[in-house]
Amino acid sequence: MALLELHNVRKDFGAIRALNDVSFSIEPGEIVGLMGDNGAGKSTLVKIISGIYQPSAGDVSFGGEAAHIHSPGEARRLGIETVYQDLALADNLTASANIFLGRELKYNLGPLRLLRHRAMNARAAELFAELKSETRADDLVRLMSGGQRQAVAIARTRLSDARLILMDEPTAAISVRQVAEVLGLINRLRDAGIAVILISHRMPDVFAVCERVIVMRRGTKVADKPIANTSPEEVTALITGALEVA
Amino acid sequence: MMAETVQNFSNVRRTRFWQRGFLASQTAYVGLALIVLIVVMSFASPNFLSAGNISNITRNFSFIAIATLGITLVIITGGIDLSVGSTMALTATTTSLTMVTLNNAGFYPFPGSALIISLLAGLATAGIIGFANGFAIAKLKLSPFVTTLGTLSIVRGLTYVATFGRGTAPAGPDKELFLALTSGKLAGMPISFVYLIIAAFAMWVALNHTAWGRHVYAIGGNEAAGKLTGVAVDRVKIQVYVICALAAGFNGIIISGWLGSAPANLATAYELTIIAAAVIGGANLAGGIGGASGAIIGCILIEVIRNGLVLARVDPYWQQTLVGCIIVAAVLVDRFRSLRSG
Repeated sequence: MALLELHNVRKDFGAIRALNDVSFSIEPGEIVGLMGDNGAGKSTLVKIISGIYQPSAGDVSFGGEAAHIHSPGEARRLGIETVYQDLALADNLTASANIFLGRELKYNLGPLRLLRHRAMNARAAELFAELKSETRADDLVRLMSGGQRQAVAIARTRLSDARLILMDEPTAAISVRQVAEVLGLINRLRDAGIAVILISHRMPDVFAVCERVIVMRRGTKVADKPIANTSPEEVTALITGALEVA
Repeated sequence: MMAETVQNFSNVRRTRFWQRGFLASQTAYVGLALIVLIVVMSFASPNFLSAGNISNITRNFSFIAIATLGITLVIITGGIDLSVGSTMALTATTTSLTMVTLNNAGFYPFPGSALIISLLAGLATAGIIGFANGFAIAKLKLSPFVTTLGTLSIVRGLTYVATFGRGTAPAGPDKELFLALTSGKLAGMPISFVYLIIAAFAMWVALNHTAWGRHVYAIGGNEAAGKLTGVAVDRVKIQVYVICALAAGFNGIIISGWLGSAPANLATAYELTIIAAAVIGGANLAGGIGGASGAIIGCILIEVIRNGLVLARVDPYWQQTLVGCIIVAAVLVDRFRSLRSG
């Protein structure tokens, strides 16, 4: 049974049809690359799955049931986590405060519910160790490098038992070594049975970890095929429009 | 346990303790400047550290400090509230008018009832003003500056309408109790200072040890990120404006108790002093930075300067000029510091 299923999803912004009857499905533990040029509709698609936008038409189902995802919080409760392209971090807070933002650990002191600073820092440090990232849990995000910020954003998705993780350009701003770490992490996610949708411009990344690639052009899905049956050349041609349909 | 999780940072040094945390904040610098100023002042004027003068200073800065705590919360979220001065006046007026009305009606079911009802009426008024501000800003997405500029005028106007431009004095069976609770002393300290300490402690706990405080900072740091991570941004914003108005209203009541009446022009232009105190104490108008200790340090600094100038027999008209210079100096120091640390 498919984990996530989109059926004829359409999204209009005024006169612009950002998504035109897009359908696809994701199996549990499957890693799917989502590619396309700027303006192809990748980000719109991600925002519909993560609850920021509502589709103008079409159905979304998650875990076999019809899903109406009205907010990012609702997506998270279903088990859909997102790494946003702009990372969605509050610069003035520490790494661990960002990771736990909106789901802080608390203890009861009489009527008060106070933060468990140590437990959160320790858990954040564990997550960074897992990601092999040189990031300190109690450092301010303002003082961090691009790669460290990325690590914070990715660590956030590992906090709960996600079933699907959407990654919008997770390797765009990080070092060569960290790209390998992130790709390794994606493989570990698959081993843990978590599905990943990887939005990326980087052909090598997609071909290194994905089992399947979906190509978008001008709001329409133009290809959806196993990595084994395609090549970087063919995908490039599909993205640019040199090849109309795979 | 920690040793296993901490990485090997071959080329990344830990920033020194004085380069991070509280010690690296504008609040700490201004606090240091305040201590220097107090030392200088105590040498310059023998009366400065006398018990009477210290009591004077603590009472005077308590008059604006509770409102400064409230506005600091608003500033941390990246907002501003220009209506605090007017809110002080209308709250004090409502409280006084209710007391007078209850007295005239002879409604006094149990001792203290007139006071309780009047305080509730006053604070309810403040709460409504704060809710209106917060609703317009969070839900209708109006600019905080324009919204609260409007409220400043509306609320001040209502105060004049309610009092025909005159003052109102609290009266009735609970008048003595009212005066004791607003301008009295507790354990040798002005009671307003005791309220301030309680309020500041509550704010410190809320900001540093609750999820709500985290969300207040997150909204100021990156509102969009707050929304994406499931922070109830609109609700927290409305709460912050309500708390700010309640703090201002409570401060207004205290001032009216000390004055013995609530003139319609009470606390006119106080919003500027209050915002100045918050900014001097380290609250950043761009949002995301600030705290309870900074608000209090800012208030003390302004009052110590005012008091010092009086003791030094400087023309009081210089006060405003000097406070303005300090605002600019405080943010300049902060600016230079952040330039240096990149």
